[in-house]
Amino acid sequence: MLVLARSPYITNQRVTRNQPVQFSHKHHVGDDGIDCRYCHTSVETSAYAGIPPTRTCMNCHSVLFNNVGYLEIVRDSYRTDESIHWVRVHRLADYVFFNHSIHVNKGIGCSTCHGPVNQMPLVYQVAPLNMGWCLDCHRNPQANLRPKDQIFNMDWKAPANQEEVGRQLATEYKLRTTAELTSCSTCHR
Amino acid sequence: MLMVSAMCALGFAGCENMNTLRQDMANQPKQNPLSPSTVFADGRSERPIVDNTVAHGSIQEDVLFVPKDSNAFPLPLTKELLERGQQRYTIFCTPCHGLQGDGMGMVAMRGMKHPPSYHQDRLRNVPVGYLYDVVTNGFGAMYGYSSQIPPRDRWAIIAYVRALQLSRNAPVSELPADLQEKLKAGGAAK
Repeated sequence: MLVLARSPYITNQRVTRNQPVQFSHKHHVGDDGIDCRYCHTSVETSAYAGIPPTRTCMNCHSVLFNNVGYLEIVRDSYRTDESIHWVRVHRLADYVFFNHSIHVNKGIGCSTCHGPVNQMPLVYQVAPLNMGWCLDCHRNPQANLRPKDQIFNMDWKAPANQEEVGRQLATEYKLRTTAELTSCSTCHR
Repeated sequence: MLMVSAMCALGFAGCENMNTLRQDMANQPKQNPLSPSTVFADGRSERPIVDNTVAHGSIQEDVLFVPKDSNAFPLPLTKELLERGQQRYTIFCTPCHGLQGDGMGMVAMRGMKHPPSYHQDRLRNVPVGYLYDVVTNGFGAMYGYSSQIPPRDRWAIIAYVRALQLSRNAPVSELPADLQEKLKAGGAAK
């Protein structure tokens, strides 16, 4: 029973969702090299990374591919001021107060949790996103800490001496103690 | 027995998928950012700014709103500001303007209109207020970036654009002495 509860079948890992527009992160991030923050503008300053407004799409698509049928939903949304109904891929329980900004500002990169988004034509959830998975890192964040300039690098790999580098970075970022990082009220309020 | 335990597992761990059957703390009847709402006619929980209102705190940034024809840079020029500008330029501007500001960005290569290169006399001589106006309100095929880049970051970007312009238009006599030596010796400047 416990095995089933932790299986990707229950955690919804590796499931691509049908979106109203077949938006490809592989194309926009992988091929075009657009930074995560171009669209997810609030990731460094707020709890939510933010889903871009249709206007952000139109920055380029007012000119590029502006006559193709599959982008009519985007143009229609821009004309009529109606939101595009994107389907949520990563969802935490409502009693978890996850905050993006504290993670990216303290050395946790996007791909640590979201996986190689730059290789995903349609985004799927890589990590189980269950509490055990969160705690694995909160007990030992050193294993995943990156230098500040590598946070948004989708291809970052931990160096051979990650343990040593991670410890240094933990001091530099003034990470809280394991007791504080694993305290109930850190994530549940 | 097996059936019962399987259903328990689904009931506990998979309650997200069963939220029509049971209500629990994982699915609270509250609005999360950007979640749909039945309260408002347009179906959004995020509310647009009401017409003719000023956002709390936004007036503090009034000093950053430099008129289009003014060349007064409103922030102290520091290394930190330039580095911030370089980072923000790379995020928001390079897709079209390119890393060097020559209009050869990846998205421009894909067919977006090539923006003019920064390295021309017209753009070297425009006041910073003009650049601020273009970043804020857009120009030609470029949409305004006021919703994506806060005012302070727009100025950091403008400072960096000025640095980019200088990088291709600095007289050798103004370089630091050691770089001049290196240049004379034929080595690449670092």
